[in-house]
Amino acid sequence: MVNKIWGCFIIIGILYCLLNKNIEIVNNAILDSTKTSFDMIIKIFPVMALWLGIAKIAEVSGLLKKLSCKISTLLKYIFPEIPKNHESLSYISSNIIANMFGLGNAATPFGLKAMQSLQELNKKKDTATRSMITFLVLNTSGVTIMPTTIISLRMMYGSVDPTSIVLPCIIITFLSTLLGLMIDRILARFYV
Amino acid sequence: MSNYIMPLIVLFVIIFGFIKKVPIYDTFVEGAKESFDLVFKLFPCLLAMILSINIFVKSNIVTNLFSFVSFIPNELIPLIIMRPISGTSSLAILTNIYQTLGPDSLAGILGSYIQGSTDTTFYILTLYFGSIGIKKIRYSLWAGLLADLFSIIISILFVYLIF
Repeated sequence: MVNKIWGCFIIIGILYCLLNKNIEIVNNAILDSTKTSFDMIIKIFPVMALWLGIAKIAEVSGLLKKLSCKISTLLKYIFPEIPKNHESLSYISSNIIANMFGLGNAATPFGLKAMQSLQELNKKKDTATRSMITFLVLNTSGVTIMPTTIISLRMMYGSVDPTSIVLPCIIITFLSTLLGLMIDRILARFYV
Repeated sequence: MSNYIMPLIVLFVIIFGFIKKVPIYDTFVEGAKESFDLVFKLFPCLLAMILSINIFVKSNIVTNLFSFVSFIPNELIPLIIMRPISGTSSLAILTNIYQTLGPDSLAGILGSYIQGSTDTTFYILTLYFGSIGIKKIRYSLWAGLLADLFSIIISILFVYLIF
């Protein structure tokens, strides 16, 4: 699937530029991608190291386990396949908590760790499990409570009430997450 | 308010570690080391994704093809299409809308909702599955994109309710 989409983006993009005789754009896009990805990885690397360090302390001290107990009752219904007290549950809950506060940078390392420990439960290592996909849906529907970047951007461009979008965003996120989880259940049943 | 969240989390974790008598410095360093592994696995996926997205977006096909939809402001079409693909470019599009139409315009508010209630499905998919070597992603792309679509539809309904 990823293979097809990846290829289609490139083929469509290049052909469209060829038709419009804009070949210079493609040249720049290809050259830019190396620079952009390098910049991104250089930016991600130290942030990742920092949060993985903090996360390790939270893990070793037993803080993660404690936190996850609080929302694990909820997670039990969302992830019925994960055995009780498995460490992936604590990573998933940390990822959700970080996401709620708009700390995308902090959420990603937790998410990656969650995937790693979900992989330990996986019997076919190259195939996504149901829990992995459910976790993905939780992440893509964006469980945000404080969209910090958007608020600061709205301030920058002189909004009368920059935080007016917070409550609607919470309501929309809540509804769409609920719908997303329902769709996930339905797809899981039909897709064997 | 949001300025307090990060320091408080760090403070809380460190104090908790102290009380539980964890060797906090050693543990931090040990955890930070794990990032090497992740970053090396990550880079090829990231490069591949950015290459294809760059070519697709810069070709302008998105803006040219979808200029006919009328019930939502035209400026939002590129945002909606880019949102699941790339977080930085959709944020750039939103910034552009703030600048030209204002953050309190219909497009500005709807754009804020969409950006705030969805996430970059393709990016998360490549990142999370790439890091553990998943190749068969099954129905995950559809589930992720449908979740995004729900957010967008609910955002549109919501904005017309209050405007």
